[in-house]
Amino acid sequence: MINKTVKDALEAVADIPTGAFLMMGGFGLSGIPENCISALLQRDIKDLTIVSNNAGVDDFGIGLLLKKRMVKKMISSYVGENAEFERQLLQGELEVELIPQGTLAERVRAGGAGIPAFFTPAGVGTEVAEGKEIREFDGKHYLMETALKADFSIIKAWKGDTAGNLIFKGTARNFNPIMAAAGKICIAEVEELVEVGGLDPNQIHTPGIYVQRIFQGKDYEKRIEQRTVSN
Amino acid sequence: MLSKNQIAQRIAKEVKNGQYINLGIGIPTLVANYIPDNLEVVLQSENGLLGIGPFPKEENVDPDLINAGKQTITMLKGSVLFNSAESFAMIRGGHVHLTILGAMEVSENGDISNWKIPGKMVKGMGGAMDLVASAKNIIVAMQHCSKSGDSKLLPECTLPITGVRCVKKIVSDLAVLEVSPTGGFILKERAPGVSVEEIMAKTSGKLIIEGEVPEMVFD
Repeated sequence: MINKTVKDALEAVADIPTGAFLMMGGFGLSGIPENCISALLQRDIKDLTIVSNNAGVDDFGIGLLLKKRMVKKMISSYVGENAEFERQLLQGELEVELIPQGTLAERVRAGGAGIPAFFTPAGVGTEVAEGKEIREFDGKHYLMETALKADFSIIKAWKGDTAGNLIFKGTARNFNPIMAAAGKICIAEVEELVEVGGLDPNQIHTPGIYVQRIFQGKDYEKRIEQRTVSN
Repeated sequence: MLSKNQIAQRIAKEVKNGQYINLGIGIPTLVANYIPDNLEVVLQSENGLLGIGPFPKEENVDPDLINAGKQTITMLKGSVLFNSAESFAMIRGGHVHLTILGAMEVSENGDISNWKIPGKMVKGMGGAMDLVASAKNIIVAMQHCSKSGDSKLLPECTLPITGVRCVKKIVSDLAVLEVSPTGGFILKERAPGVSVEEIMAKTSGKLIIEGEVPEMVFD
């Protein structure tokens, strides 16, 4: 098996240049690549474009990259939890492209699957459809959306092996598996890295063919946005 | 007038055995509290879970298990996890039977606006556009009027639209209404103590009244 292991997060993100087009997994703060975000903060790069469902919060996740002014553009479906994001957007310091969540997921999936474009009903009749090709199939209207690909996709899994095979836990899976395939280089950080043979092939969610670099992360904070409990 | 919990309680009566259901954030989330125990239904969370369970006990809180509102949740026996593309494939593919969501405005032909107010910070549409474009049945939970007293049931939406001709039924604090396939809000039920005249006065879109309009019944 091909060994994809790198030493740590710093080595994994060492060659990401200014102006790179990135994807980052996660939904809210669940399943985000915490270690890689910390490592990027130590790099002197800027003008990043980041595809991510959300933009973190002021002091965690992608919010940290925003605060350090490393981000030129966010491509997301919902960005509501971040005051610094709002400030930069209103000041014209940050671009944002809002995309329906299912369209975002399918554009990423298509990017990794060699499908250049597809037709979806989401957004027909809304401002999302402006400038896009509309076609009718079986009496219903659909709009054309194109695939998204990234220079680097940065994802987080629960367990992985040195060949890059990945297993996710709970709803921390979200966008991570589809982003793996859509990045020219996929960097996967995992909570537990095992030797090849250490994962049951029946249980693997993401095949290692999509992953170019893998390392075991540390000190996961896994911050919770809405702690809701029952009595 | 109905409270938010009563709106949720009334919507729960629309739920049928065997349905897969997506509940939006806010009042729709409360619907889960009123689904009768004798119904077998499965709640979908678009971040990748079928089979949403109750909120966890403090000692069982898991940051890797949240709903689309980013609240900590639990799973049930038979729950299943999947990625975001799969989640929206089941939504767009028509496999989710019922979508319940909130709205800022609904028009008399079933258009819905619920994602953007010009001049205010735009947070994004999340999964709402995918959900309303695809669900077989869409029920809206909303306040009948804005805080300033303006009707939110309109001839045409004034805010940016989330989806066209998609809303089937509305449960507001004043009434249950169906959207007619030929346009107009058909008044089906009144909230306790609310008159037909009041609903007429507070509905600026075309209101259709067919005979006696019964009061809602709560169990």
